[in-house]
Amino acid sequence: MLTDNWKSLTPDEKFQTRFDKWMNQEGVEFAPGAKEAYLERSQMIKDAIELKKPSRIPVCPMIGFFPAYHAGVSCEDVMYDYDKLKMAWTKYHRDMQPDSMAGSFLMSSGKTLEHLGYTLYKWPGHGTNPNTPYQCWEKEYMMADEYDDLINDPTRYWMTKYMPRIFEAFAPWQMLGPFTDIIELPFVPATMIPFGIPDVQESLKKLIEAGNLAMEWIQAVGATDGETMATQGIPPFLGGMCKAPFDTLGDTLRGTQPLMLDIFRQPDKVLKAMEVLIPMNIEMGVRSATTNNCPMVFIPLHKGADGFMSKDQYRKFYWPQLKAVMLGLIEEGLVPLLFAEGGYNERLDIINDPEVPAGRSMWYFDTTDMEKAKAALHGQACICGNLPASVFQAGKPQDVEEYAKNLIETIGKDGGFILGNGSVLDEAPSENVKAMFEAGRKYGS
Amino acid sequence: MQEKLFNSIVEMREEEALALAKESLEGGADPLEMVDLFRKAVEEVGNRYEKGEYFLPELMMTGQIMNQLAELTKDKIVEGSADSGKSRGKVMIGTVKGDIHDIGKNIVIFMLDANGFEVKDLGVDISPEKFVEEAKAFEPQIVGMSALLTLAIEPMKETVEAFEKAGLRDKVKIMVGGAPINDAIREHAGADGWGKDAVEAVSLAKKWVGGA
Repeated sequence: MLTDNWKSLTPDEKFQTRFDKWMNQEGVEFAPGAKEAYLERSQMIKDAIELKKPSRIPVCPMIGFFPAYHAGVSCEDVMYDYDKLKMAWTKYHRDMQPDSMAGSFLMSSGKTLEHLGYTLYKWPGHGTNPNTPYQCWEKEYMMADEYDDLINDPTRYWMTKYMPRIFEAFAPWQMLGPFTDIIELPFVPATMIPFGIPDVQESLKKLIEAGNLAMEWIQAVGATDGETMATQGIPPFLGGMCKAPFDTLGDTLRGTQPLMLDIFRQPDKVLKAMEVLIPMNIEMGVRSATTNNCPMVFIPLHKGADGFMSKDQYRKFYWPQLKAVMLGLIEEGLVPLLFAEGGYNERLDIINDPEVPAGRSMWYFDTTDMEKAKAALHGQACICGNLPASVFQAGKPQDVEEYAKNLIETIGKDGGFILGNGSVLDEAPSENVKAMFEAGRKYGS
Repeated sequence: MQEKLFNSIVEMREEEALALAKESLEGGADPLEMVDLFRKAVEEVGNRYEKGEYFLPELMMTGQIMNQLAELTKDKIVEGSADSGKSRGKVMIGTVKGDIHDIGKNIVIFMLDANGFEVKDLGVDISPEKFVEEAKAFEPQIVGMSALLTLAIEPMKETVEAFEKAGLRDKVKIMVGGAPINDAIREHAGADGWGKDAVEAVSLAKKWVGGA
């Protein structure tokens, strides 16, 4: 609740309130000149979202671990050593002057992951080499016959089935009972019994230590990101995060291949499970964006891209549920930021959906044809991205400049456009990355 | 019966396909002819994929059906005749150093295998040295490198260079594939070809060694 009368506000009023708060950043002590820069940048972003022509086209890329490579420290360093993390992220923002902040929180905390024995990802020094970003290690963490467990009680499913499988430290949680047993006095002691088991007690000690590590981490990254904002006037960009329900199933729970087989073997269960995941994803996006006072909610899209499924399958298993999440966020005054890696050419006529309010969502495209994307979403959504990894990686600064200039002059000419890349950047020659920002400043106004 | 079985595979009716195959085998059908029918069904799935009628879910489902059908027929095929379909050529494939993604690679392997290639799967996060070492032992005509992440582009280039250094570059054709790959990346890496999906990998392999 951002205001006393929050529940009586319309979605548009909520949108304005959230953006006012994001743009004003009450309580932040800006360095001289930084507040003006902050206001200018945040206004450009807001204008682009509202499909207006901003004073200049903002440059807001998704840069992954690039600041580490740029500063000459390893990926492992920035996940473990908060001083090196701060040094690298500060250097990136100083050198490149982006219009949106690359939050250092996205680098996570290697110490916390290691302490808990997290297995869904491998990370630098722990399954990938020290100079390689973290990567998802998909497996069938939810079994084919567990859909009903998830559907009936997702929180209990997470606590007693999913968490024990993906965290070594929480393996004993499979012995926990549901707290919803506590309906009257006699059930209190019975529900506490599992907490008397030594293995469970051991795991709770680990949980407390994980909490301490997380506190140390949030203080470090909070200070780093706060300083970037206050001294350089760069606005935070990703306020919260959630997922398309199909991707929660595919990335987090079932794994890609098992989920694709479920489409044929138990389609109704897949649909039912996604219905349960819709409100969970909305709540997660709203809560995180509210806490962070930043109205854009990052939704990375994975398993609905071109080639991953047919249009009919997309219409049945992907879009209705993603749209429901988007509408839930928009209803709360937030802006879903869809990060569509891969191709989305075959989806354009579907995502151009009249039920999604205009000027309230952003689409980052990767290899999608931008002319077609603009034609489809014109007057509907802010479109972003498309600078290809291949140009950053194999091209020269003038190639990046040329590509960016062309995007600005064709796709960006009437506004509603943000310059950036379409798949997370990570490693690329610094001069090529710099060329993107300079092109934005040179041709964007 | 043959046609019914063929259709049930091609149209993803898993249970029906398995039941029909079992019935055929128990009724004395020639297992080698059955295997030939399965191969044709996979080819048809590939055709539909190429035409944009089928996508990843169908390829994965076909892979599942095929595994189960292979289980059914393997005991029935007399030893020695099992290798009746001679290999079109040898392909060695892996996800390059620094990248641990394997879904794309596995689909390519399945499609190459179903099209009669002998495929060796090196796994993920494979260093240039390992690629070269394995190539010396396996002697493939084609080497495939897969990647999902942009950071895997440089290791592709390094792997091609390792083949050059080992004096093996002219012995193999090298193909690259994966989300960040396009012709510019192919050229940057020094590979001979690239494809956007498993079907393109198969056509490329056929063009190079198998005869179209």
